[in-house]
Amino acid sequence: MRIPPLVAQRLIASVLWILTAATIGVLLFIIAYVLIHGLPYVTWEFLSRAPERMGREGGIFPIIVGTAAVTCLAVLIAGPIGVVTAIYLTEYTREGRLTAIIRFGADCLAGIPSIIFGLFGFAFFVISLGMGLSVIAGALTLALMVLPTIIRTSEEAIRAVPYSYREVSYGLGSTRWEMVTRVVLRSALPGISTGIVLSLGRSVSETAAVMLTAGSALRMPQSLLDSSRTLALHFYILAREGISMNKAYATASVLIVAILVINLVAYWIMRRFIAKTG
Amino acid sequence: MRREKIISAVLATVAMSGIAGLSLITAYIFKEGLPIILRVGAGKFLLSSTWAPSEGKFGIFSMIVGSLAVTAGAMVIGVVFGLGVAIVLTQFCPRRLAAALKPAIELLAGIPSVVYGFMGVVILVPLIRDHLGGPGLSVLAASIVLGIMVLPTVTSISVDALRAVPRSYSEGSIALGATGWQTTHMVILRAARSGILAAFILGMGRAVGETMAVIMVAGNTAQVPRSILDPVRTLTSNIALEMGYAAGDHRSALFATGVTLFVIIMILNTIAMTVSRRRGQKAGRK
Amino acid sequence: MNEAASRSELAPQGTAVDSRGTPVPKEAKIVLEDFGAFFDGEPALRNVNLLIHPRQRLAVIGPARSGKTTLLRSLNRLNDLNGGFHHTGRILLDGRDVYEPQTDVSELRRRVGMVYATPIPLPWSVYENIAYGPRLAGVRKRSRLDEAVEEGLRNAFLWDEVKDRLHEPASNLSGGQQQRLCLARVLALEPEVLVLDEPCSGLDPVSTGKIEDALAELKSRYCVVLVTNNTKQAARASDRTAFFLMGELVEVGDTPWVFTNPADRRTADYVTGRFG
Repeated sequence: MRIPPLVAQRLIASVLWILTAATIGVLLFIIAYVLIHGLPYVTWEFLSRAPERMGREGGIFPIIVGTAAVTCLAVLIAGPIGVVTAIYLTEYTREGRLTAIIRFGADCLAGIPSIIFGLFGFAFFVISLGMGLSVIAGALTLALMVLPTIIRTSEEAIRAVPYSYREVSYGLGSTRWEMVTRVVLRSALPGISTGIVLSLGRSVSETAAVMLTAGSALRMPQSLLDSSRTLALHFYILAREGISMNKAYATASVLIVAILVINLVAYWIMRRFIAKTG
Repeated sequence: MRREKIISAVLATVAMSGIAGLSLITAYIFKEGLPIILRVGAGKFLLSSTWAPSEGKFGIFSMIVGSLAVTAGAMVIGVVFGLGVAIVLTQFCPRRLAAALKPAIELLAGIPSVVYGFMGVVILVPLIRDHLGGPGLSVLAASIVLGIMVLPTVTSISVDALRAVPRSYSEGSIALGATGWQTTHMVILRAARSGILAAFILGMGRAVGETMAVIMVAGNTAQVPRSILDPVRTLTSNIALEMGYAAGDHRSALFATGVTLFVIIMILNTIAMTVSRRRGQKAGRK
Repeated sequence: MNEAASRSELAPQGTAVDSRGTPVPKEAKIVLEDFGAFFDGEPALRNVNLLIHPRQRLAVIGPARSGKTTLLRSLNRLNDLNGGFHHTGRILLDGRDVYEPQTDVSELRRRVGMVYATPIPLPWSVYENIAYGPRLAGVRKRSRLDEAVEEGLRNAFLWDEVKDRLHEPASNLSGGQQQRLCLARVLALEPEVLVLDEPCSGLDPVSTGKIEDALAELKSRYCVVLVTNNTKQAARASDRTAFFLMGELVEVGDTPWVFTNPADRRTADYVTGRFG
């Protein structure tokens, strides 16, 4: 039986639109479900007090601090190193075997499951270097985890800058470093920033790797060597152990809102970038 | 001139340390995991389905099957929905709407895996248990959850691939009297074939690597599953579940599991790279 | 190569002497001495002996791949950016070889300013584009930068058109205006030599005319080297003309003579349009 093309078209289009609607539907459902169950419990008290009775009562303040500490530290470490590496690979070395290998390595590492970074972090930072379950071990592990992604996105942003700009800069008497900072980085900055912000988002969501390296202490971390718990991990523990569903949903709500904000910031940066060069 | 040399040296040092750190991880994982694979025998390690660390038995076959099963299921959902959405976004959607929908899809990628896992436990698992049988914690549950998680990756890379197809292809097709869908499936999808394949492979890589969500809905029994309703344990879950208390050979075996994952990802990445390069050559683009 | 024509160019005319002790004609700003340029071993220029005089416009003509652009890029050492480039011979700017190891290449590029075939405004405002060069040279004070920007724009005959739009994106300007912007960018550095690589290709006749007028004005202050594919442009917009063919300098002389009574047969063929 041969279906006339126009009918087939309408059929397929409908199917595809249903798929799309379903996808958007799932997204909205998940976010709505969590927020509906959780936002009522996100009070100022919740955000500013420490957890009591293993999280059954009280708030998540030390956990917010712990999350901020681990993720921000990770990005502060990986960001500059990643961008510098990207600059070095694109502007200071010649394309060849070595750079191709490094690029392949970075791509692979960007795809390695986070649990393997957790494995390494645990064995190396926590045990071998004796840091113990700590904020610093968690931060270093996460830094290694997002470093490949930052290198790749920065590299792509830098390569997107037209070669002619570089020639113009040299022609006007710039040194290589002047050309890199005043012309290339200036144009590549939005792309680089987006990559870094998205890495921050990924760090905030990360659970497996921090569980194994930063631990799950509920107390406020006093130093980099103290163990700490992150929002995602706290949510996991509360939900899995059935400690408090309300608090779990509330934690997840805070987490989702934080990620939404981070994504919005990244998106806004990209929009401004397109507006400027457009 | 001297200042430039100093700058160059500083940049090189920082770059090398970053690269060194990353190489360190690779070397470390292999150093810790390879010996036990060699000791137990690669064949036995990979093909025996007996995982009993207390007895010194380290066969990860059941978990390889687990990872494969769950990933395959995830990719079915990931491709059907992911590619479908990509087609809608690029072919059937007005510009404005597409611009609004794309970030929404990417937002899906931002939701933490633990939230997905949790939703799976709360909604999906009881659904499967009540209507399809089995404990609910199953290959099916993990596949569905993973499929949704992988979807944004497949969509976003497919959209790039579809958008890269030159306008002239579709215009030529329509000029010959084809409908939108005919153009899409006979011309555009064909042309974007390798890009979509790359999307598929990268999505697969992400599915293989997911840990937390899978732990929450897959059941985690170290046995080869016989149906999609059976519980299963994946390679990643294995590491996460046992790392905290493993010691000695047991820990080495977990590193060995890591080595296996590493190799799988490297193979997938190489395939994706060759596929993309071929696309570049075919299109004759720089 | 026309031996007679080029040899007479090198006959000593004054008492000036270069760093090697060889007499250099007092008049020449730039002297190419047996200059050869190679990319990965392939020659792009061979045995070029050429004098470039100040306060004159030299047109460099020839068919594609005759080495014209390579010549320009060798003057300000932009060819250094291409891996695999190496040269033989010397290029003397005011008597000093620009390829000497101690040369400050940044300084050289400020002295020998280049305008490219396609206008390449940097993705900034008009002001920032012009101010970039002076900033690189160390100018910090806002007032001095303002002066440099205005000077550059006036000398490029662009000031009146953009003086109210200095802080708009440079990409908003028309093609002809953008090319004059690129000229202004270079002029803001007060170079000694102006080197232009087919600056009017792709521009409409009016814009082309404006640039040619600018060059006529500018020659009184600078030494101008103009590469052009358009023989008619060379004929009307230059004082001397050099004809290159496949990497060799075939003939150089006063423009009217090169076009009406060239010494070499190949020059005659090219300017009458028999090839190229």
